[in-house]
Amino acid sequence: MHTKKQILDLQVIKHTSLNNHHVVLTCTSEKKLPKLLAGQFAEISAGDTAGTFLRRPFSIHDYNMEMNTVSFLIQIKGNGSASIGSLQPGESMNVILPLGNSFCMPAEGEKVLLTGGGCGVAPLLLLAKSVIAAGASCDILIGARDEENLMETEELSELGTLFTTTEDGSEGIKGFVTDHPVMQELKEKYSKVYSCGPDPMMKAVATIAEESGVDCEVSLENTMACGIGACLCCVTETTEGHKCVCTDGPVFNSKTLQWHN
Amino acid sequence: MAQLTVTIDRLTLNNPVMTASGTFGYGFEFDDFIDVNALGGIVVKATTEEHREGNKYPRMAETSQGMLNAVGLQNKGIAYFRNAIYPALRKYTTKVIANVSGSTIDSYVAVAEIMNELDHISAIELNISCPNVKEGGMAFGTRCSSAAEVTKAVRKVYAKTLIVKLSPNVTTIGDIALAVEDSGADAVSLINTLLGMAIDVNSRKPKLSTITGGLSGPAIKPVALRMVWQVARTVKIPVIGIGGIASASDAIEFLLAGASAVQVGTANFINPGITIEIIEGINQYLDIQGFASVNDCIGALITE
Repeated sequence: MHTKKQILDLQVIKHTSLNNHHVVLTCTSEKKLPKLLAGQFAEISAGDTAGTFLRRPFSIHDYNMEMNTVSFLIQIKGNGSASIGSLQPGESMNVILPLGNSFCMPAEGEKVLLTGGGCGVAPLLLLAKSVIAAGASCDILIGARDEENLMETEELSELGTLFTTTEDGSEGIKGFVTDHPVMQELKEKYSKVYSCGPDPMMKAVATIAEESGVDCEVSLENTMACGIGACLCCVTETTEGHKCVCTDGPVFNSKTLQWHN
Repeated sequence: MAQLTVTIDRLTLNNPVMTASGTFGYGFEFDDFIDVNALGGIVVKATTEEHREGNKYPRMAETSQGMLNAVGLQNKGIAYFRNAIYPALRKYTTKVIANVSGSTIDSYVAVAEIMNELDHISAIELNISCPNVKEGGMAFGTRCSSAAEVTKAVRKVYAKTLIVKLSPNVTTIGDIALAVEDSGADAVSLINTLLGMAIDVNSRKPKLSTITGGLSGPAIKPVALRMVWQVARTVKIPVIGIGGIASASDAIEFLLAGASAVQVGTANFINPGITIEIIEGINQYLDIQGFASVNDCIGALITE
């Protein structure tokens, strides 16, 4: 089931600013895009003028096979992401995709919980759509510093019940994702939990899931160079030793990770 | 179209462009992007006697026109290589070269002895220049006596082409090159990474788990080119140029400085198809400059 990785130029067709440091770029390609799965990512070139050296990895935020479009949620952190995030319709960017494994889909009829922290919502949109396409259903729990940083709430709420938390209490439950009451009902309500966000958040979600006896998949974001398993820089410690986040991940079952030790 | 074939000792390469160890996996990682057999050769990830997990994350930091790495020779050991990786490498018709490392002379010899039995491994590249391991690695490559000792020991058990990969973290690289030439090396490749460091000023912590690491990429190219030029004037055996090559023009600089072939490293991370573009670019250069063969431009630097 290996989809051939490709280097290709994407044309930006839509630039949506979510807040002052997050952008969604919707892109298309002259060639037919390879099949993209929820949890996979692309290595995007910041171009020659950014002053950066390596490509930058970004999750597939959304993918539409019929429309031949793919979108990325870009968090503007440094020169590379600023350059990519400034691209406007009509401009193009060079990408390598599809990279990495993908989230395991639930069985038909199952109900799962998707959890995201900050820009960790990036892979959840396509994940929610894929879960529904697999005949399952989902609730979605996202958390952020404040209301402004809760992103894609409208799109996500169309795909399942949306729960929110903010650290300052400006929206939803005040606190972290793990402070939301739904986290205490995992065993009763869900067959599986998915998580993407900062490491401490994913660790906390995974701990509760494991204690509740519910399977948990997390999407890691280690610093990487190549994205194709050649440099061995992005490793994470697992029960089977060091594994590359770019090729063995980015999605791991939380039980295989050694981060609790 | 000019002749692109070059020879390194008994090894004939269809063109002078190889890949550098640790930047190209075992070749398989690049099958989606390029015809690996179109390369002059591939140097696969370093193999040690024992399974190694390598260093802790974080292992990489981006720098200006380059990157630091501290992978630390992560590999599954020679037994796994022979049983699980080597059979798959046999599909390649290009020359497959194995990079060999260790922490003691005996461990280098143990790996070299097994590599010698593997028909499809055309040569080994002795890694006496890895800066990211506590024992062995670069420790062998920074003194003439130890570089000579490990080369001699491996030479006794390895009958095919023996390339020794040199460290730039020395005062006089020509002396090390001479020492390994006198000890039986058939060729030298240089440079491995330059020892470097980066600090996160906000956390005041080093960016690498090992504090120091190896710098690669275009940032090191002028240093690498100078060292290749110096070594090519010093030894009689062929020199393979490595260090920041990211274009055909970069590769040609190394050839002009006296390298018989080149290895492309970090550039593979940014453009997995770069090696093929470099081969095409060299071809065009030879035609434009009127060289009938790539060999005519090796060492063709004009200094007067």
